[in-house]
Amino acid sequence: MTLTGWARWALRGFMALGLIFIYVPLTLVLVNSFNGDRTFGWPPHDFTLRWWSSAWDSTGARDALLTSVKAGLGATAAALVLGTMVAFAVQRFRFFGRDTLSLLIVLPIALPGIVTGIALDSAWRSVIEPLGIGKGLLSVIVGHATFCVVTVYNNVLARLRRTGVSLEEASADLGASPGQTFRYVTFPLIRSALLAGGLLAFALSFDEIIVTTFTAGPGITTLPIWIFNNLFRPNQAPVVNVVAAILVVLSVLPVWLAQRVAGPAAGASRT
Amino acid sequence: MPTVDTERPGRRTGSFLYRHPGLRLAGLLSAPVLWLVVAYLGALSVLLVSAFWTVNGFTGGVVKQFSLQNFRTLVTEDVYRNVTLRSLGVAVSVTVICVVLAVPMAVYMAKVASPRARHWLVIAILTPLWASYLVKAYAWRILLANGGPVDWLFGGPGHGPGYGLFATILVLAYLWLPYMILPIYAGLERLPDSLLEASADLGAHAGRTFRSVMLPILIPSVFAGSIFTFSLSLGDYITVQIVGGKTQLIGNLVYVNIGAADNLPFAAAIATVPVLIMVVYLVAVRRSGALEEL
Amino acid sequence: MRHSGRALAAALAAGVLTLAGCGGGGSGNGSAGVGPGGVTLPKIDKLAALGAGEGSVNIVAWAGYVEDGTNDPKVDWVHDFEKETGCKVNAKIAGTSDEMVSLMKTGEYDVVSASGDASLRLIYGGDVAPVNTSLVSNYQDVFDGLKNKQWNSVNGVAYGIPHGRGANLLMYRTDVVKPAPTSWGSVFEASSPYKGKITAYDSPIYIADAALYLMKTQPALGIKSPYALDDTQFKAATDLLTAQNKNVGEYWSDYTKEVQAFKAGNSVLGTTWQVITNLAQADKAPVEAILPAEGATGWSDTWMVSSKAKHPNCAYLWMNHIISPKANAAVAEWFGEAPANKLACQQTADKNFCTTYHADDETYFDKIWYWTTPLAQCLDGRTNVTCKDYSAWTQAWTTIKG
Repeated sequence: MTLTGWARWALRGFMALGLIFIYVPLTLVLVNSFNGDRTFGWPPHDFTLRWWSSAWDSTGARDALLTSVKAGLGATAAALVLGTMVAFAVQRFRFFGRDTLSLLIVLPIALPGIVTGIALDSAWRSVIEPLGIGKGLLSVIVGHATFCVVTVYNNVLARLRRTGVSLEEASADLGASPGQTFRYVTFPLIRSALLAGGLLAFALSFDEIIVTTFTAGPGITTLPIWIFNNLFRPNQAPVVNVVAAILVVLSVLPVWLAQRVAGPAAGASRT
Repeated sequence: MPTVDTERPGRRTGSFLYRHPGLRLAGLLSAPVLWLVVAYLGALSVLLVSAFWTVNGFTGGVVKQFSLQNFRTLVTEDVYRNVTLRSLGVAVSVTVICVVLAVPMAVYMAKVASPRARHWLVIAILTPLWASYLVKAYAWRILLANGGPVDWLFGGPGHGPGYGLFATILVLAYLWLPYMILPIYAGLERLPDSLLEASADLGAHAGRTFRSVMLPILIPSVFAGSIFTFSLSLGDYITVQIVGGKTQLIGNLVYVNIGAADNLPFAAAIATVPVLIMVVYLVAVRRSGALEEL
Repeated sequence: MRHSGRALAAALAAGVLTLAGCGGGGSGNGSAGVGPGGVTLPKIDKLAALGAGEGSVNIVAWAGYVEDGTNDPKVDWVHDFEKETGCKVNAKIAGTSDEMVSLMKTGEYDVVSASGDASLRLIYGGDVAPVNTSLVSNYQDVFDGLKNKQWNSVNGVAYGIPHGRGANLLMYRTDVVKPAPTSWGSVFEASSPYKGKITAYDSPIYIADAALYLMKTQPALGIKSPYALDDTQFKAATDLLTAQNKNVGEYWSDYTKEVQAFKAGNSVLGTTWQVITNLAQADKAPVEAILPAEGATGWSDTWMVSSKAKHPNCAYLWMNHIISPKANAAVAEWFGEAPANKLACQQTADKNFCTTYHADDETYFDKIWYWTTPLAQCLDGRTNVTCKDYSAWTQAWTTIKG
């Protein structure tokens, strides 16, 4: 784009300021994980590594992390399947209620989390529980999948729009069965969209607290719930800080990975 | 030419489905529709219905008789109107701040940065999404504390904004900024450079190019991002408890009433307000094509 | 296509609504039949005899009451209980009394550590059963000042096992608030020099604190109990709080928030718990906590058994365990409250613990008005007026906060 040098520098400066704005609180989290003061008083006067060793020993944190990962994977898997199915249906067919359906898919994420939470909670308690399935990890996965569908749906839909049906028709012309067409032609085309959508879905599920509070059964503690509970305990708040610091540092990995896979494919569309 | 085994069951089902698109459609739609329409929409409807019930003030038991009492309270008591307007104001402010911050950043990332830099910038923007929402809010609590870094920036204890409505808006804007940057960036990325070059070739300067070429692409993306920021801010009750001082928003009222005297009907009645606002917003925004850009 | 979409949506909505209406699903509660507005006590039998443990127990408790070592390996009174009785503990932490009430209504939990503002609601809602104290061997060592009180018993029938008690004190920054306050009047002053830095507990039950202050300073109102307020008395209390709201910086409902606020100086004056003061002092904040001249509201938590408990025997075993001297001392020290069991005082790590927390000082606790659920049937015995019930308190609290 033909921007003047001045405009380019202004944008560059703005970007730098923006990044500083985003990362200052995160740096604070990192610094505070070494803060000897239990209640994050500022400025930190005591530097200590004992919170890091407490975090290492904390089975509560480790269990919560595992639960969150399980819930996230379950929700992402469900969202991937459901989202792809709806995306194909909406993009490839015309049917009664198509527009309403796309509006409906956005609804779980557009409505305030607390509304989704209490709606799912009372529905589960009045309909599913009498059938014998109590609230537990499954209810959390159901809750998360409901609002994660939209991220997969939109990504896959956008990709399907771009690729069109001509490649699939060519594959059929060459004698491939619909199953083979899907495996060798369609799936590779939407793969990076699935990855992008799936990653965002996982991130949404991993950090979700409001809907989870209402749909988790007794004994299910996801990481955000563990953080929420422990931020209020006298000796635990700093350990939470450590866990958060670790999360930020570690999360660069999946994000980088997704960019590597999705990146080149996305870039190829620009002409 | 390899011969194809047409007798394999998988192949036959595949061909059968190919010839009957209606069945394919039904198959594709069945599970999602069941989930979304029956489960989710059903749950929402039940919640809406319960807004018309009341609660026995003494035992907390739900009285399942149709009554407009909850809505009457909502309309007559000033506090609910004030809180609704305040929450709307917060949601709008957060959205505007996010747009103002996100657009230049997204333009830089999509159009000015080199491909290598773009790769790392996207990572830099996405990574904070993984840091816990709660921890980020608490980090801001420390930043805004009396005598904390923000106060120091403004010249001493007490000079900064402290906790309150402004802090709430600031922190919410901070939390949702990546959700605004991403759709705008994705939209801009899809805009071919050749279009911009063509516009320049035709004699338009940067401002005109921005207005006539970029803006039409940006608008749906901005609306897409705004769906996130608007709805997430409208229903939030945790951030305001952490940095909002004594401020109350709609989410707090709903949350308090779910526990207080187990008054789910009243909580449901209050909850219909943000639901209505969001549905209206979604329908209004759909025309701009924002829903596809989420 | 758009119109058909809308028609579809409308048809679907109508269909589901009809179904919902017919089914009557949704926010159903399983409370034992109490008529609307009635004050009938549900007839529920207490456990007659203790049988064998059922293998697990589901507990609803305040944070810090059911510690199993995951937060601090040295703080654990759950594992020895599990080994001794074979009852596996599943604990759900609740943040407020209201949450506890709604959780107990689901019937999924066996035992709850209810504060006084939840216990009566649970009793009258039929969610808890009377407790057979003869089945709890440690009950005899509980301080008499905690047995058969207004919030844990009805007509002399005990509904729970006392856990411990504490008072809501007045905390202030010694370097900012001068002279040192001696009365609750300092937080209720209309033109306070500490505008924007006053704090208060974020719960409707705080209205009782205002009522307590009025009880002592405006005897003409005739308030006999801060939890039994008729229309005039209630209006006086809420007016006082609405005026106070202008001076309040933030309301608190969790530990670290208040400790941090006092340390940083965002709050300099307001209600607190002893444990918060201790934490702040340990972190070198210049604060002090006092029991003002008018007395204070306080809390006494009671372990109660669900009327729908699936594991009643394990529930009783838990209650007996948590008030045993060693466990009671451990939890009292971890949480920061006065223990319920006399013998716990010898088991505390800090030998002055019971003195600091006034564990056996009944004169101290005589000045404390424990959290109790306000009922329409006035708690002070008046029958010529109806008092404001808790739902009125909740609605008023929302209006006070604005």
